[in-house]
Amino acid sequence: MDVLDIARWQFGITTVYHFLMVPLTIGLSVLVAVMQTAWFRTGKPHYLAMTKFWGKLMLINFAMGVVTGIVQEFQFGMAWSAYSRFVGDVFGAPLAMEGLVAFFVESTFLGLWIFGWDRLPRAAHLACIWAAALATNVSAFFILAANSWMQHPVGIAFVDGRPRLTSIWAVLTNPTVLATLPHTLAGSFAVAGTFLVGVAAWHLARKHRDTPKDHPDRTVWRASLRLGAWVGLAAFAAVAVSGDVQGKLMFQQQPMKMASAEALCNTESPASFSIFAVGDVARRDCESVKSVTVPALLSFLAHGDFSTEVKGVNQLIGEYQAKYGTTYPNDPALGSLAGKPINYVPSLPVTYWGFRLMIGFGGIAALAAALALWLTRRDRVPRGRWFHRAALAAIATPFLANSFGWIFTEMGRQPFVVVPNPNPSGVDGVWLYTAQAVSRGVSAGEMLTSVIVLTALYAALAAVEGFLLVRYARAGVPGVMPEYGAAPSPAGEDKPAEDVLAFAY
Amino acid sequence: MDLATFWFCVIALLWLGYLFLEGFDFGVGMLLPVLSRTNEERRVLVNTIGPVWDGNEVWLIVAGGATFAAFPGWYASLFSAAYLPLLLVLVALILRGVAFEYRGKVDTDRWRRNWDRAIVFGSWVPALGVGALLATNVVGMPLDAQGNRVGSALAIIRPETALGALAVAGFSLLHGALFLSLKTDGDVRRRAARLAMRIGPVALLPLAALLAVVQLRHGSAPTAVAAGLAALAAVGALVVLASGRAGRAFALLGAALAASVISLFGALYPDVLPSTLNPAYSLTVHGTASSPYTLTVMTWVAAFGTPAVLVYQGWTYWVFRKRIGTNHIPPVHVP
Repeated sequence: MDVLDIARWQFGITTVYHFLMVPLTIGLSVLVAVMQTAWFRTGKPHYLAMTKFWGKLMLINFAMGVVTGIVQEFQFGMAWSAYSRFVGDVFGAPLAMEGLVAFFVESTFLGLWIFGWDRLPRAAHLACIWAAALATNVSAFFILAANSWMQHPVGIAFVDGRPRLTSIWAVLTNPTVLATLPHTLAGSFAVAGTFLVGVAAWHLARKHRDTPKDHPDRTVWRASLRLGAWVGLAAFAAVAVSGDVQGKLMFQQQPMKMASAEALCNTESPASFSIFAVGDVARRDCESVKSVTVPALLSFLAHGDFSTEVKGVNQLIGEYQAKYGTTYPNDPALGSLAGKPINYVPSLPVTYWGFRLMIGFGGIAALAAALALWLTRRDRVPRGRWFHRAALAAIATPFLANSFGWIFTEMGRQPFVVVPNPNPSGVDGVWLYTAQAVSRGVSAGEMLTSVIVLTALYAALAAVEGFLLVRYARAGVPGVMPEYGAAPSPAGEDKPAEDVLAFAY
Repeated sequence: MDLATFWFCVIALLWLGYLFLEGFDFGVGMLLPVLSRTNEERRVLVNTIGPVWDGNEVWLIVAGGATFAAFPGWYASLFSAAYLPLLLVLVALILRGVAFEYRGKVDTDRWRRNWDRAIVFGSWVPALGVGALLATNVVGMPLDAQGNRVGSALAIIRPETALGALAVAGFSLLHGALFLSLKTDGDVRRRAARLAMRIGPVALLPLAALLAVVQLRHGSAPTAVAAGLAALAAVGALVVLASGRAGRAFALLGAALAASVISLFGALYPDVLPSTLNPAYSLTVHGTASSPYTLTVMTWVAAFGTPAVLVYQGWTYWVFRKRIGTNHIPPVHVP
């Protein structure tokens, strides 16, 4: 493997990993803020218990999101220095804004929230979790604005061989980010909702099949499960709608990516949508593939009607070659690829199956949320063992859907890292091949060292985080709030001394 | 002053903010096994920075992001040339951040001991690493005409690299000890104050040496003034420390750091990253700066963002201004 391949594996591994923690933080931070608001307004103790329990799980997860986020920012310069030089005038701005406007708020106010339970007035303490939660979502906007610019360059002029920013407004209102943001945020809320459902279902089914309806713990888990399931359902509806909008946009902006999502060999009109395929989808002739299809559905997904043609991979190759050339430039910086023919087709098995797994796992998550609502209607708790096992397993599905969605969208734009755009709203004629983006002064040995070190470290930390999440999730409310549900002690007998911290590491 | 120079100053300021704030975070972590005897005392140390360390670390992230936005060529060459050293710093920062959050989550000595090791490692390595990186940045790296490193992974290491590493580590030790003597009570406070007095002069020697070396090779009259002020403030800090006034010593040490950063970045200007192979290959402020439009946008963002950050981060320190002693530490409660 050469430097380029190793750098791509490293970016893939570290980014997919980082984006396991991020969606849970995005969704759960807002839900915890909602829970605390409910407690603030009603004073009901089960809302406080929910805030503390889910807040603790959020923090265990948040720590990992923070530390893996630093790697993300640094590796553009470390492993992709040619990319950084090329796009810095445009791409650096949203990144710096993310730090200055969002991440500072997020980290500072989360610190205030964690340690401020007894130091701040109740309203100010509530405002802290809202500030942190909203900043997390604003963070997502800036990062997606940066990513969307790579998918669809806007707001620039091409000067001296590099894009130069001419309108930050165009970058921040890029139609691509306006479609990607709701899709990504909804995906994150699906993660958080399913997480609530899974953990709460486990507690309900294990301990509360026969407890009275007003049992304090039962109240916590029912409220959590119902909240999670409703959020999960609403999120999936939003994912579907925003995904459709984003898909139609992508058919205009990156036709090759979408043709690859279908492994659509040749132009069809009307085009049918493949549910799944048996055989080798990588074959350009489609000869050996048996595909189960829905007639004309792809035309609808692409253009909103059931008749318009959708271009296939083989036709698009010709268009791309005509526009962007058949061979890589004879640039020594391209290493062994210099002067070689360009392969414009992304890895079809990855795009085809990534797209289907994204939709499939998302659908399972939505189904699980709907089922959980139905099964727990009017204070019911299902009796079978399968219920909580299925609910726990469902936790994984929106995570997987998110991961496959990103793997699809990032692999689907290869061989480009900055994608040229035929769409009239974009600036055409600006692109960068992934092969040109990698750091040239860095040796394969260095790159291999870092990918091994980071992967090993991430794997070890995943085990630790998983262990802690399971331990705290299993322990339930008493693990974070032992006084909850206990009979009030006479005259503050076992109250802690006045100056003991409400929370300390 | 033109925009590019202004942003060079902003980046120096971000590094100053980072070194000042994370300097005492690092010091606290480095001194964890030195100043504590019991788990309660270790918890006292960790909790002095508990609410703030993450916000402090964002200064590094913003320094990196601002360099990317304002000087893409500088960001690209520095980060790729220092690939392996930066990897080590990242690993250490990852372990440290997780350690703070996870250390108290399981109630066994083995669990805590391992995370304490992670905190110590995660505080020493970035302090040494960031110091090494900044010093090497000032004196230059073997870069070719494209800004790529020539030579092996360790080709950037020079005598100044080691000096820079020791300079920031030494500063952080003293800074952290002073911080702890201001933020803790009881035995930890006494030990921290005594340690600060004992290590004071030695801890600042590498920084003084670095300033002198850079001044002799790359300095000008203004940087000499700044270096002189740094020395004066440092001596002042040690003098007031000797009379037991830790608060003033802490402030004066901060002033010494500010003057040192000004002196070092002043010596670097108008380069942002000199090439040791050929001065013509050096990356300069004006050669690597982003377009005036980008810099203008960033200026507006910084003009609104920075004061807000200073206000709410300052407020955090106000909210958690009380000293912490072992009597404030709640009993361990874990599932």
